[in-house]
Amino acid sequence: MDYRELFTDETKTTVSRIGAIEHVVGAVFLILLAGFGYLQLIQQGRYTDLAERNRIRTIPMVAPRGRILDRDGRVIVDNRSSFSIALLRENTKNLETNLPAISAGLELDIAAVREDIKRFKTTPSFQPIIIKEDATEADVAFVDAHRLEYPELEIMMVPRRAYPKDGLAAHVLGYVGEVSADMLESHDNAAWQPGDLVGKSGIEKEYNDFLTGKDGYKRVIVNSRGREMGRLEQVDPVPGNELRLTIDLDLQRVAEQELGDRSGAVVVLNPQTGDVLAMVSHPDFDPNQFAGKMTPADWNALQDDPRKPLLNRALQARFSPGSVFKVIMAAAGLEAGTLKPDTTYYCGGTVMMYGTLFHCHGGHGHGTVGLHQAIVNSCNIFFYNVGKLLGIDRISYYAHKMGLGEKTGIDLPNEDPGLIPSPEWKLKTKYQPWYLGETISVAIGQGPVGVTPLQLVRTVSGIALGGVFHTPRVVTLNQNEGLKGAAANASNERFALKPETVDIISRGLWGVVNEGGTGFEARIPGYDICGKTGTVQVVGSGAKVNHAAGSEFGNHGWFVGFAPRENPEIAVAVIVEHGGYGGDISAPIAHEIFRTYFMKKQGKQTPGTVIQLTALHKPVAVEENVEAGTPANFADNTKGAHKP
Amino acid sequence: MSRPERPRTSPITPRERTNREAGWKGKWDGSPVRRRALADFDWWLLLAALALVAIGLLEIYSSTAHTRYAGLHIRQFYWVLLGLAIMWTVVFVDYHLIIEQTPVLYIIGVLMLLVVLVVGQTISGSKRWLGYGAFSIQPAEIFKIILILTLARYFSERRLRTLTWVDMMQVGVLAAIPFVLILMEPDLGTALTFFPILGVGLWLGGIRWKMLATLALGFVLILPLGWFVLKPYQRARLMTFTHSDADPLGRGYQIAQSKIAVGSGGLLGKGFLQGSQNRLGFVPYRHTDFIFSVVGEEQGFLGVLVSLLLFIFVIFRSIQHARSARDRYGVFLVMGVAALLAFHVVVNVGMVIGLMPVTGIPLPFVSSGGSSILSTFMALGLVLNVRMRRYAN
Repeated sequence: MDYRELFTDETKTTVSRIGAIEHVVGAVFLILLAGFGYLQLIQQGRYTDLAERNRIRTIPMVAPRGRILDRDGRVIVDNRSSFSIALLRENTKNLETNLPAISAGLELDIAAVREDIKRFKTTPSFQPIIIKEDATEADVAFVDAHRLEYPELEIMMVPRRAYPKDGLAAHVLGYVGEVSADMLESHDNAAWQPGDLVGKSGIEKEYNDFLTGKDGYKRVIVNSRGREMGRLEQVDPVPGNELRLTIDLDLQRVAEQELGDRSGAVVVLNPQTGDVLAMVSHPDFDPNQFAGKMTPADWNALQDDPRKPLLNRALQARFSPGSVFKVIMAAAGLEAGTLKPDTTYYCGGTVMMYGTLFHCHGGHGHGTVGLHQAIVNSCNIFFYNVGKLLGIDRISYYAHKMGLGEKTGIDLPNEDPGLIPSPEWKLKTKYQPWYLGETISVAIGQGPVGVTPLQLVRTVSGIALGGVFHTPRVVTLNQNEGLKGAAANASNERFALKPETVDIISRGLWGVVNEGGTGFEARIPGYDICGKTGTVQVVGSGAKVNHAAGSEFGNHGWFVGFAPRENPEIAVAVIVEHGGYGGDISAPIAHEIFRTYFMKKQGKQTPGTVIQLTALHKPVAVEENVEAGTPANFADNTKGAHKP
Repeated sequence: MSRPERPRTSPITPRERTNREAGWKGKWDGSPVRRRALADFDWWLLLAALALVAIGLLEIYSSTAHTRYAGLHIRQFYWVLLGLAIMWTVVFVDYHLIIEQTPVLYIIGVLMLLVVLVVGQTISGSKRWLGYGAFSIQPAEIFKIILILTLARYFSERRLRTLTWVDMMQVGVLAAIPFVLILMEPDLGTALTFFPILGVGLWLGGIRWKMLATLALGFVLILPLGWFVLKPYQRARLMTFTHSDADPLGRGYQIAQSKIAVGSGGLLGKGFLQGSQNRLGFVPYRHTDFIFSVVGEEQGFLGVLVSLLLFIFVIFRSIQHARSARDRYGVFLVMGVAALLAFHVVVNVGMVIGLMPVTGIPLPFVSSGGSSILSTFMALGLVLNVRMRRYAN
């Protein structure tokens, strides 16, 4: 090796190559600076937006619906808080890959979740989709623990309806559910969004706007895990208005208990105002079932139940009025003049009219009967004659005038108008002429005559009031000031009856109960209970049918009554399906209702008042709660309805 | 040129050579610092480094306050003190003495890399750390300095104007042993820092254009093979880099959030402790690898400019010191450090705005982390060392 080379300073050649490195480093740094300049000076606006969107999240705050109270201000329907798990689509792009794990973690059916997402396809992505309602603690913990993996999950506090657990007044109250696709399309003002809860039946539907609050929202600062770190803005939800019903919880409770497991309906009315004091329809359902997400299977089970628990028999079911119709016949006859107060007919058990043999009940006949005895003993033959003289046109005219065959106009949805037949109706619907023999059947409330219990009690008590037929109300304006609209205004139809008509019929109906008539079971000495029983044969298609009480073709038993005899202040209609004779089965129920009413009026404790609010919602621990005086525990999430 | 060739009797040591070059005839006097040398200490360079450290401490505080890492800036401060002490030590030991010990250091370094593979602490899937808890260091970080020393000695003692393929092979083996060991940890980012050190060494060592072209071609051909060596997460990172917007909430999340942080900082920034991306935790690893996103968000473009200018100052001033170095040892040492610093800064800062793939290498002086601080100050010590001894005395 060259010695000189070894000892020669070689830094020069090395240093000469440094310049190139300087240039490279300098150029790279310039590129970096340009990159920062582009991001921070030119694109600043865009990235500021993105940063804001990162940290700010708008969380909807669902407004609680207004509470529903009885006429004395006792809470029937309240709200309880619950957690819902919502899907925030804007927070994720790999929703599809996360779905199986999310569904598994929340114990959801993945197909149902996909269906939910599909339903919300048209809504903006910031709108949360509720995928699980009434989330359990485990669900909430799952979401909390996986905030990083599934930023799309959010826990929302949602107020939920808390209905009486035993289905008390279920049909009157109705239930809420998610707004349907049809409603979303039909509603013009776009007030609803998918997922909103709206009233689907009963009061909840009729007074939905009044009960619905105004949802609020909060804009919160969230960290990268979606945890709330601060609040920017909050618009508090405005709770819906409190709605006071005309329902009297005491009477309602007694009516529910007395009807018990039998299917049928009870309507209690104040005939002087039209206030509905109680309305019961059995079998009932648990509206709480609808408050959360309902599975299609549950829904179908309710829909397809042959006992039709969703039907409000008090106003949506059409029954033959049976003998109760005789009250209307008597009033029509007296008003038309075809029936005189002193008219008598002979009842021999059967009578031949228009070539058909018509029967009275009991077989042997009532002998010669006047109007009073005919009502008390419910003589068919007498009223066949009344009907024969009146003719179908006049029967139809007076029945309509007294509130039958037409909707009563009650402030509850889907009311059935009932049916009072006429030759025009028959021609129109059956393309057949009216047979005179049919008039005879109609005279005792058989044949195609159809009424609802609500109609019947209104008509009978209206006759007792001299022909004032108030529109029945479950909500009145004078108890709910903010309530707008004609729906809340009490109105009445007048069809003035002659005082002697009213007097003779009232006395007859008093006799039914107090003179050993068919309704004697309703009697309370000293309280002038009046009423009429009716028993409707259920016609089966089979040749041989069993008319025994309780069987499928057992008779429907009616009792429609009021008290006191003059200026009645309470009217009751009871129908028990397949229950047997009205006097046996329905009159005792009415008896208990009358008794409760008058006991309460005198300030005595009634069977109904014993049952406190707590009992409505938590029947299991009634005594405990009453003693402690604690308010109802609406958060209680016990599954299943309790039948105390 | 015309002198007859003299046979070598024994290998000449760096100290002897330097002494001869300096015309030093006598024995080494043993005094580590000369009055003259201390006067040549580059205070400006140290000051610029300390300014970057200060920026780092502030941003570490901002990015860890109210998190489970709160108080990390204090720990960082102690690491800096330790780093300064080590730097000072390095400064006052003549770099020729250090270079002389290179073989020993190399062997110790390789042994440490082997040890860490066996008994190292496993943190998020990598065996990188030796020691306990807060006092852990990464041998790989330290080995960067050892590599600089090794290559500096190798190239300085190759006195030919150009490099041969034999040199290439020897250098290659020297670098490949630790490189593979570090890849096995795995620590791709640190392993990649070997390339700029090696590259600058080869370039200054006088690599010919033809050889450079051949190397580049070979590199391009071998690169696809490297794909199979990479771990799945490393491949994903590269994929993210090439398709940055494909998956903003998945693997691209870091980059996307970091860009949002920087972009939303604007000209003046959101202010100290005011960065929402930072404070709300949208940028991961924001006190370590992504600390520059906090600078960008809270101090804006001005803060970025100041920080980058400080880095440019440190790097270019170092390069100036390389120019004025007394000998080839000094040139290679300083240029190795400059290359290392520049690579770190460019890759880290470029990563923050998506111009570079996520490799996980820290920002010198600024990022939170003991090993990084120690190795950076060690490197800075080498530069100051060379600068102090630029005159032969």
